[in-house]
Amino acid sequence: MAKVVLPDSFLSYTDGVRECVTRAEDYRSLVNELKERWPDLTDSLEKTAVAIDGQIYQDALLEPILPDSEVFFMARIEGG
Amino acid sequence: MAEAVDYKQIGSRPVRPDGVDKVTGRARFGADLVLPNMIYGKVLRSPHAHARIKSIDVSGALAIDGVMAAISGSDFPGGRSGGEVVGEGGGTVDDVAKNVMARDKVLYHGHAVAAVAAKTTAIAESALAAIKVEYEVLEPVLDVVAAMAEDAILVDENQYTNLPEKPEKPSNIANVGHLERGNVGEGFEQADVLIEREYKVPMAHQGYIEPHACVASIDETGRGTVWLSTQGHFDARAATASILGRNIADLKFVASEIGGGFGGKTVVYLEPLAILMSEKANRPVKMQMSREEVFRATGPTSGTVTRIKVGLKNDGSITAAQAWSAFEAGAFAGAPHMPGIMSIYAPYDLENFVVDAFDVLVNKPKVAAYRAPGAPQTMHAFECALDEAAIALDMDPLDLRLKNAAEEGTTAPYGPKFPAIGFKACIEAAKKHPNYTKPVPEGAGRGVSAGFWFNVGMQSSAEVNINENGTVMVIEGSPDIGGSRASMCLMAAETLGVEYDQVRAQVGDTESTGFCNVTGGSRTTFATGMAVTQACEDVIAECKQRAAKLWGVDDDQVEWEDGSAVPGPGVNADVKPMSLAELAGSAAKTGGPIQGRASLNAQGAGASFAVNFADIAVDKETGKVDVLSYTAIQDAGTAIHPAYVEGQMQGGAAQGIGWALNEEYIFNADGVMENPGFLDYRIPVASDLPMIDTEIVEVPNPSHPYGVRGVGETPIVAPLAVCGNAVSRAVGLRLTDLPLSPPSILAALDD
Repeated sequence: MAKVVLPDSFLSYTDGVRECVTRAEDYRSLVNELKERWPDLTDSLEKTAVAIDGQIYQDALLEPILPDSEVFFMARIEGG
Repeated sequence: MAEAVDYKQIGSRPVRPDGVDKVTGRARFGADLVLPNMIYGKVLRSPHAHARIKSIDVSGALAIDGVMAAISGSDFPGGRSGGEVVGEGGGTVDDVAKNVMARDKVLYHGHAVAAVAAKTTAIAESALAAIKVEYEVLEPVLDVVAAMAEDAILVDENQYTNLPEKPEKPSNIANVGHLERGNVGEGFEQADVLIEREYKVPMAHQGYIEPHACVASIDETGRGTVWLSTQGHFDARAATASILGRNIADLKFVASEIGGGFGGKTVVYLEPLAILMSEKANRPVKMQMSREEVFRATGPTSGTVTRIKVGLKNDGSITAAQAWSAFEAGAFAGAPHMPGIMSIYAPYDLENFVVDAFDVLVNKPKVAAYRAPGAPQTMHAFECALDEAAIALDMDPLDLRLKNAAEEGTTAPYGPKFPAIGFKACIEAAKKHPNYTKPVPEGAGRGVSAGFWFNVGMQSSAEVNINENGTVMVIEGSPDIGGSRASMCLMAAETLGVEYDQVRAQVGDTESTGFCNVTGGSRTTFATGMAVTQACEDVIAECKQRAAKLWGVDDDQVEWEDGSAVPGPGVNADVKPMSLAELAGSAAKTGGPIQGRASLNAQGAGASFAVNFADIAVDKETGKVDVLSYTAIQDAGTAIHPAYVEGQMQGGAAQGIGWALNEEYIFNADGVMENPGFLDYRIPVASDLPMIDTEIVEVPNPSHPYGVRGVGETPIVAPLAVCGNAVSRAVGLRLTDLPLSPPSILAALDD
């Protein structure tokens, strides 16, 4: 199963859970899974960036998640 | 793609297409547009840093002959919430709207409170004096650390710290950020050397030479055009429409040539005012800021206080790092504290770290993005601490960094594993550089620092039209700040297989090309370049279909080589290749004009690392600092136009050196900036600096068709610590507060 790492800003919504695993096959399915488990996380998930296997996505939707993927949620970066 | 390859066009150094116009004065910048019947707008600004507005009366201004419109906060739509504007720390639409024009409170000296438009600038300026504003003056909040106290005076009584559960009391702390890994306490216990300091970086301005300017021409139906100097006319349109409650389809935004932005022109200030006054006056309205207005009411970037602690073993390996950083947001939330904490340790492979940062309101201008927002401030502290550690360990500062350097597969402090990156390659290049292998000059110190920025992709569009003679017209929507039209032409020429001089590029307005996010975040060559490349591939696919029609073969029997359709396997040997010009010339018979297009949200921007070092001499009697040599080494991915990559590296270094050595907002006790001009706010001029030596390390980004990483942000990150470390070594004393101006150096030496 893929490994999912949540940022510190999520922890108060996840009862301190920092890592979990998922069978989701794409980003949208993963987000739906997380929203179902932690409904209060919904707003944060809408504003976050994500790195899947090292590739950073500011706006992910259908990006595939493989069984051995590593998924990190992180703050969005825009720059100047 | 990812392999370094020999290109025909990419990597060459043609003169930028806008170069002649710019050096001859023909280029039209934001303030150069003149329209028939145009009138002139001016802004009345707050004389107080913190005050409640009890009343505003603009009737006196409207009574003056020649005044055609006057507005204040009551002319703007009422509160709306939820939306955010683009740009690092851009903030909510509500906040940006209140920054454009104050409502019930003024939150910094220079905050706009009213505006007039008149037949001449002189009339408009005299009319400002006729506007009556009654204030209840409040004590300003100016110190970022003091502002964090529970009993601090509040900049905004409705500001609560953004936490999962709303706090009981409002606070000047708008947002908090936190990252950690491992066990810092255990890491420090393992350390042989501990370094602990507090560092300060002052509020500084982006210092673009061209002030903000725009012209709005709006008709009685609310539709019209805005010409403006901006880093992104699509995003400026979106922000303006949100502030005014308009339909973006009613507003056409046209980007002028731009005289610098560096993040500060991702923001709207004048455009909503010009639109409102153009509607009221039924005339085009031009608005242009003075330099003083630019300083008082736009930009700047956050001043910070950062406390840093780092532990190392005797071999130079870092056992733990801890940081705490307070960022000045200015009058509204939105300091770049998150990128600050995500970048502070990014160049290094650390097992144990923690970093906390705070986005803190103070009665100063609302901060805006500035090259690599947040990274220069936090990395200054950590890179100075590493230099102090290197001295304590009697270790070469580059070797210390190499010992701890991140590489492909290292887990970045902000989460993911790094793909191929060039930090170690930059360190190795620095160690071999002749400026590093030579002895440090007598009386000077040598400073070293790493630099880092994430880089981003975001949305871009491009169209490529093939003219009837085979020449190529690229249209895209990214304002050209650093030579991007030349880079787009190079990528188009490379993809199509034609010569550079056969390609032209144009920045389209919001009605003539697809959506493009701002030119910022080091994204344009990466993302818009990706769109241009894909649009050219679209053209090639079309050309192959046209050739197949003419030759009576299947599409997949046609190949594309060196700018021509060539017959593939199975095609009659008598068939001759057809050049792009020949295909364009016969386009009417094969389906009409040839065009390609692409729109995308570019993902996979590659992080860019740098190593900078400098030799700096200090006159201990006067405190005068002389930068004897400065060397910037950066992994840029593939350098599409190396001269413009070098230009970005040199420009970022110059800005960073200026911030480190001289630039700062100086406020008096009332919160009034005392140096709002280039005479007293001293950015470096050519005679202040040596030639910035550059070396481009090219580790291609595997996510871009030509390996582009993005260049523009990283160069400003390292210079702060480079200067801090060089000056500290030169005087034999650790100097922690920037800028290292002569008075501050003398004061430190006297202490």
